[in-house]
Amino acid sequence: MSSAPTVGILLSRVRVEEKLLLEELDRRSVPTKVIDDRELVLEAERKPDLGVDIVVERCIQHSRALYALNVLNTWGIPTVNTFEVADICGNKLLTTMRLIRDGVPTPRTRLAFTPEAATTAIEELGYPAVLKPLVGSWGRLISKVNDRDAAESILEHKDVLGTYMHSIYYVQEYVPKPGRDIRAFVVGDETIGAIYRSSDHWITNTARGGKAARCPVTPELNDLCVRAARAVGGGVVAIDVLEGPEGPLVNEVNYTMEFRNSIDTTGVNIPGKVVDFVLETARKAKQDQE
Amino acid sequence: MPKCPECDADVTVGVDAVKGEIVACPDCGAELEVTETSPLALALAPEAEEDWGE
Ligand SMILES: Nc1ncnc2c1ncn2[C@@H]1O[C@H](COP(=O)(O)OP(=O)(O)O)[C@@H](O)[C@H]1O
Ligand SMILES: [Mg+2]
Ligand SMILES: [Zn+2]
Repeated sequence: MSSAPTVGILLSRVRVEEKLLLEELDRRSVPTKVIDDRELVLEAERKPDLGVDIVVERCIQHSRALYALNVLNTWGIPTVNTFEVADICGNKLLTTMRLIRDGVPTPRTRLAFTPEAATTAIEELGYPAVLKPLVGSWGRLISKVNDRDAAESILEHKDVLGTYMHSIYYVQEYVPKPGRDIRAFVVGDETIGAIYRSSDHWITNTARGGKAARCPVTPELNDLCVRAARAVGGGVVAIDVLEGPEGPLVNEVNYTMEFRNSIDTTGVNIPGKVVDFVLETARKAKQDQE
Repeated sequence: MPKCPECDADVTVGVDAVKGEIVACPDCGAELEVTETSPLALALAPEAEEDWGE
């Protein structure tokens, strides 16, 4: 490439993932700039002068990512991922509706606004059912509701102790998966790799102790995951897939993907693929501007 | 030597470190809590906020 773009990395901390991305950029002599979200002031009414051609969003906090991306994209600064993707993926209901809109199989889901209506929704789906906060990650505050007693208790706790957002009830059928789920990494139009996450617990997040093992990317898995990625707006995303009795279901899509445990397991240079995509996105954006 | 759970860097902790002490990672600046002293173990100090994570 004749003139490499300057890549900004918006982050809260340099975790393993950010370090790997910075190393990969450095290896290719791409000029980079670390943008610390704690120090950032974004002027709303002027194009932010960050001195970069593209921004890679790597914040730990969803809200910071979301609002920073909104300002950057509004001012025409390309980002990976886009505001749209962060907005959709950061919210489980919005993600579900995109998947349904695009015909991507996903667990049956109900939305309710009162504990009474949520109880009805749970009983319609049948026990066990799963309750999730709309915004959240790492398997936190997700409940498997095994019977009516548990339903009443959990719903009362959410109603009394939770913030308002915890009274938007997102209820899902429990998918009897085989002690594991699948985490697939999509970059652009390709599923670059996947892992199984196995656990004795029904919540299989690696952040919660789920063990990673290589999962082959079959043409079917690739197709499903690329469709899920496109449904939320596309880019660099990680797809959670549940193996249901009737076939795979897309559970959720993550937009600031964590991949430290997956490079060795998949044998794929994930940061390398991400950097390829970022440079390509920057190149296309520049072309469009000219 | 204990490693930073955030960035994997080696973290030097004084021999007089006590459980619950907060130390900063020299590489990434993360605040770490000493959760065990023998053998030394470190964990991220701040409580994760509701909207943390991927
Ligand atoms: N409907 C479900 N049926 C079975 N297991 C589920 C279901 N929803 C979530 N899980 C399990 O819980 C984990 C975390 O749920 P997820 O929706 O991905 O939330 P988070 O954003 O916290 O990762 C999943 O990886 C999966 O192992
Ligand atoms: Mg998940
Ligand atoms: Zn560190």
